[in-house]
Amino acid sequence: MEGYKKSGGYAALQKALGLKPAEVLDEVRKSGLRGRGGAGFPTGMKWTFASMDPRRPKYLLCNADEGEPGTFKDKPILEKDPHLLIEGMIISAYALQSEYGYIYLRGEYPSARTILEKAVLEAYASGYIGDNIMGKGFRFHLYIFFGAGAYICGEETALIESLEGKRPQPRIKPPFPVNEGFLSRPTVINNVETFANVPFILKEGAAAYLKIGSPDCPGPKLFSVSGHVKKPGVYELPMGITLREIIYDHCGGISGNGKLKAVIPGGLSTPVLPADKIDCPMDFVSMPRHGSMLGSGGVIVFDDSVDLVKVCLRAMAFFEHESCGKCTPCREGVGWLRSILKRLSEGGGNKGDIELLSEICNNILGKCFCALGDGAAMVTQGFIRHFRDEFEARVR
Amino acid sequence: MTSALAKDIKELVRSCSAKEAALLPALYLAQGKTGCLDDKALELVSDTLLIPRARVRGVASFYDMFRSGPMGRHIIRLCTNVVCMIMGAEKLADMLDRKYGVKPFETSPDSRFSLVIMECIGACGTAPAMLVNDDLHENLSEDRIVEILDNYK
Repeated sequence: MEGYKKSGGYAALQKALGLKPAEVLDEVRKSGLRGRGGAGFPTGMKWTFASMDPRRPKYLLCNADEGEPGTFKDKPILEKDPHLLIEGMIISAYALQSEYGYIYLRGEYPSARTILEKAVLEAYASGYIGDNIMGKGFRFHLYIFFGAGAYICGEETALIESLEGKRPQPRIKPPFPVNEGFLSRPTVINNVETFANVPFILKEGAAAYLKIGSPDCPGPKLFSVSGHVKKPGVYELPMGITLREIIYDHCGGISGNGKLKAVIPGGLSTPVLPADKIDCPMDFVSMPRHGSMLGSGGVIVFDDSVDLVKVCLRAMAFFEHESCGKCTPCREGVGWLRSILKRLSEGGGNKGDIELLSEICNNILGKCFCALGDGAAMVTQGFIRHFRDEFEARVR
Repeated sequence: MTSALAKDIKELVRSCSAKEAALLPALYLAQGKTGCLDDKALELVSDTLLIPRARVRGVASFYDMFRSGPMGRHIIRLCTNVVCMIMGAEKLADMLDRKYGVKPFETSPDSRFSLVIMECIGACGTAPAMLVNDDLHENLSEDRIVEILDNYK
C-alpha cells in the first residue's frame, strides 16, 4: 500500500469520488477502453447497459481466471500491483453504483491469493473499501473467490455459475450478465487488465488515454510472450504494435539456432500465423483482417523444430479436457478432432482425415453456447490452412 | 474433527456475502482438513450447507484441483500444455516416473509424491514449470527438479 501510494496510487479514486458516477462512466466510455480478457468489447458500452438496468444490488466481478494457454499477463498485476486492480475496481464500482465485488482468482495462482488478501485488508484499513469510502457515503465491499482449476470458468457466465456454487457450465446469451448475472442481478464482469486501465483514465483523462495505441483500439496492452524467443515475458506496449516488432524489437528475436516458423498471436484459442504474416498490427480491429485475433495477447513463438501437428493435437486435447460437456458439437466434436489428430500425429492418418477434420470443425462453429468449441475449431482450421503439407505427410 | 470442520464451514457461510458462494470454499476447507474429498467429506459438506449430495458431488468432480482419493505428502502439478510441451515438459514427466516412481495422476509407492498433469498454470514465459503444493517452480530441467524436490520430504 505504501509503495503504491508513494507513486500516486489512490489519487484517481479520490478524483473519481469528486465526480458524479455518470461522469466517471462517461470518461471510461470516451476513452475507448476495450475489454482485455480476449473479446475486446467496449467497456463503456458494457457499463452503460448495466447502468440502464434499475435493479439492485449490482455486482462487479473481476475475471482473474487467467487460463488461456500462453497468457500470463494478469499475474504480474495480481502479484506485483494488486492495488492497481483494487483501485480500478473501486472506481468502476462507483461508476456503476455497485455495492459488492468479487475477484474470481484461478486456483492455480496460490501466491497471488495471499498477496491479494493482504492488499484487500490494507484497502479496508485505509478506508478505500467499506461502508463509507473516503467519507463520501459510497459503500462497496470486495471479496476474493478462489477457483479450483477449470478453464471454462474464464467464460463469464460459467464464472458466475461457479460463483453460485454450481457446476460451471456457460449460460446462453442473451440474456447477458449486465441484465441477468450473479444471482440474476445486473452484473458487470471485466478482466484484471481492463480494471487496471481505469485509474489512468480517471487520473489523466480519456484524451490522454486516446493518445496511446490505435484510434479504434486505444491504450496500452500487456503482451505475454513465450516460446522460442530470447527474452520471453510480459511486455507493456501500445495497441497496434506489430507482431514482428514485439518478437524482434522487444523480445530479442528467435532463441537458439532455429528460424521462425509460426506464431500464435493471442492465446491458444487464436488461429496460428505463419512466419511471413507477422506484420499485422496487434489490436482487436486489425487482427481479424489479418486472419487471426488479438485475443488475450498471449504470443507463442514456434521455431522450425516444432511439430505443428503435435501442437494442434495438444491444443485439442486441452479443449477436450476443458469442455464442460453441455453442448454436443463441442463435447463430441472436439473429442473427435483430438482422436483424428492423434492418429495423424502418429503417422497413421487415413485418406480423407484432413477433410474430416474440416467437416467436424464446420459442425462445431456457431453451434454451441460459448466460444470454447469455436476456438478449438478455428485453431484446427488455422493449422490446416497454413501448414496442410505437414498434415498430408502423416496420411498413410 | 468432523464437528470442528462443520463449525468452520458454518463460520465461512457467515463471512460470505452470498451463501451460494460458500460451496467452493467449503470444499477447499474440507479437502484441507481431511486430505481429499472422499464420500465422507462430501457428505459432511452436503449436510452442513444443506445442499443435495448429488449437487455437491457434481460440483466437486468438475474441478481439477479437488481430489477424490488419497494423495502423497506432496502434490506435483506439472504443466504439459503447448508452451511447456515445446520447452521439454514431456521429458520431465518421464523423469519423474523414472526417478521418483510417480506416474501422471498417480501417487509414488512411498506416498511421497502425487503427480497431477496441469493445463497451463500461467508460467509460459518461464517454461517448463510446475507447482509443488503452493510453490511455483520455473525454468525446470531434470537437474533443477532433483534440487527442488529434495526440499519436499
